[in-house]
Amino acid sequence: MSDMSLPRVQHIIGSGVVAAVGIWVTWVSYTQQPSEAFLFPRLIATVFVVLALWTFAKACLGWTRVGNGLSLRQLTNLAPGLLVALIYIFWAARGLGFYTATAIAFFILLSLYDPAPHGEARSWVRRIIITACFMAVMYGLFALLLKVYTPREIFF
Amino acid sequence: MEFIFYFGDVFTPVNFGLLLLGTIGGLILGATPGLSPTMAVALLIPFTFQLEAAQGLILLGAAYTSTVAGGAVSAILLKIPGAPANIATTLDGHTMAQKGEGAKALQLSFLSSAVGGIFGVLLLIFLTPVLAQWALAFGPSHLFWLAILGVTVIGSLDSSSVVKGLLSGCIGLWLATIGFDDIMGAQRFIFHPALGGGINIIAALIGLFAIPQVITMFAKGRRNDGAEVIRVQKHPISGAVRELMKNKRAMGIGTITGSIIGLIPGVGGQIAGLVAYDQSKKFSPDQHKFGTGHPEGLVAAESANNAMVGPSLVPLLTLSIPGSPTAAVLLGGLLIHGIFPGTDLFDNHPDVAWTFINSMLIGQVLMCLFGLYVAGMAAKVAQVPHSVMAAVVLGLAVFGSYSVQSSMGDVYVMAGLGVMMYFLERFGFSAAPLVLGLILGPIAESNFIQGSMIASATDGMAPYFFGGTLNIFLIVVVIASIIYSAWMELRARRYTSKEEIMA
Repeated sequence: MSDMSLPRVQHIIGSGVVAAVGIWVTWVSYTQQPSEAFLFPRLIATVFVVLALWTFAKACLGWTRVGNGLSLRQLTNLAPGLLVALIYIFWAARGLGFYTATAIAFFILLSLYDPAPHGEARSWVRRIIITACFMAVMYGLFALLLKVYTPREIFF
Repeated sequence: MEFIFYFGDVFTPVNFGLLLLGTIGGLILGATPGLSPTMAVALLIPFTFQLEAAQGLILLGAAYTSTVAGGAVSAILLKIPGAPANIATTLDGHTMAQKGEGAKALQLSFLSSAVGGIFGVLLLIFLTPVLAQWALAFGPSHLFWLAILGVTVIGSLDSSSVVKGLLSGCIGLWLATIGFDDIMGAQRFIFHPALGGGINIIAALIGLFAIPQVITMFAKGRRNDGAEVIRVQKHPISGAVRELMKNKRAMGIGTITGSIIGLIPGVGGQIAGLVAYDQSKKFSPDQHKFGTGHPEGLVAAESANNAMVGPSLVPLLTLSIPGSPTAAVLLGGLLIHGIFPGTDLFDNHPDVAWTFINSMLIGQVLMCLFGLYVAGMAAKVAQVPHSVMAAVVLGLAVFGSYSVQSSMGDVYVMAGLGVMMYFLERFGFSAAPLVLGLILGPIAESNFIQGSMIASATDGMAPYFFGGTLNIFLIVVVIASIIYSAWMELRARRYTSKEEIMA
């Protein structure tokens, strides 16, 4: 796939997903009961689906002018961070405990994206110190000051 | 002159402490590239739950004012605008810093920000009560059209594509309908248990503004793009005051332009700064000096972007229509305390309304005083690597959205919307109209339903929603804003893009 065609394909996929959501919203709005509860959603859905299909048609015809899409490099850069963030939010925060999961996710993200060399002991010490400081601030703010009770599962 | 009675409330130890905290914190956050004023205010909302309504708003208002002004620090010393509002500041501010006039540029920037900001807040003080009384004449059909106007104006003016802007607004309006219907109690679009109670506004705001920024930092990879800060030499403040007095014309143009633009819903500080810079250049006898480190350009841009802050809150405080994404976040801050803007705010909670507005006035002075001293520290914060910033913002977003209702469902909603917004932004969609749709959706729907009931008991839907001078006026403005933006979009292809200006 050439560099020129990549954004076009991405635009077709992106606007296609939006159009699919628009069609689903319209279908649900016009088929679900009681109809009084869906009066306003019907109004919104009608405009939504028209604009979404228009955008999709423009993407298919290659007339989209706004939005650069994602390059392969950007995708490979963001993938590990996004994966760690999603595991942290959708599983670890509940499974391991809020503070433990946050500390682990913070440290992994810091290590993944820190430009300092990974073979240097000093940079690892620095990352551990930054993580510890961040966790101390978060604990002070949320547990002690705001008294927010967070899930404490396997660990703290 | 009711505001004078509540002036003393700003100076209670807690209120003044929060004002100082918001001002200093806002200056530092504002100087950090990637942390926009809207995102900073959204991340601060969870910290206001345990505060009284006025105290929470003081913190948020101070942070809003100072982040806009603080953005000038990185614009001048790093050539990276801390916020979109500071784009025009880089044009002459950074060149001044390169010429060894960094301290003078910072001083001029904070002084002109304060002058513009004070004028803007005074406009807010004198316009708001008048418009709030006028809002009493609004019925359900007018409020419905106003809510639609809020979404379409931002959708068309704030986006680079009118169709995608309006589509974002529709997505926001649809998201607002998720959950149980208020009147019939029917389930609508609940495709995950976390959505049973609808979408929590605060969690959504945090997700929509913070998570795309985090993913954008991930997308940069391990690249070390820490910009080099230009060192500043000492410069007497009296010299900067004299220089400011020499540039009264630029300050006047910036202040008036910023105030007018602030009053128009959807037109943000970025446009205020650029328009003021352009107008100041047109009226200047030294046009050729603009862009070469000329103080006039810096003064015009900075006075405009802060003059915009106060007036941008007028539609919010009078008609419940947030004129900008940051105003939408502030609306969220009001709603969590059970306070609705408009006449309710000024009739039933005048202490909250006036203490908040007065604190913004005092905040302008504090921002100027502290800005001059915090600038050096703020510039160092601007050098924090994006690996640290991404992890910190993600942690704050997760803890902040969880603390709204101690619910993991809100964290899932925050993350889901944030990831969706990142990909939508890559395809030209904008977060601002989506947020406005989400916030104004319930206002539009409740007034639409009320209006339908009145209409069915009287003349019918068409005469009720499309008849009457005010309805017709609002409909014309909705259509005109869309046509104008579409025309501007076609014309804009001939103009220099924002990226080209920055290059």
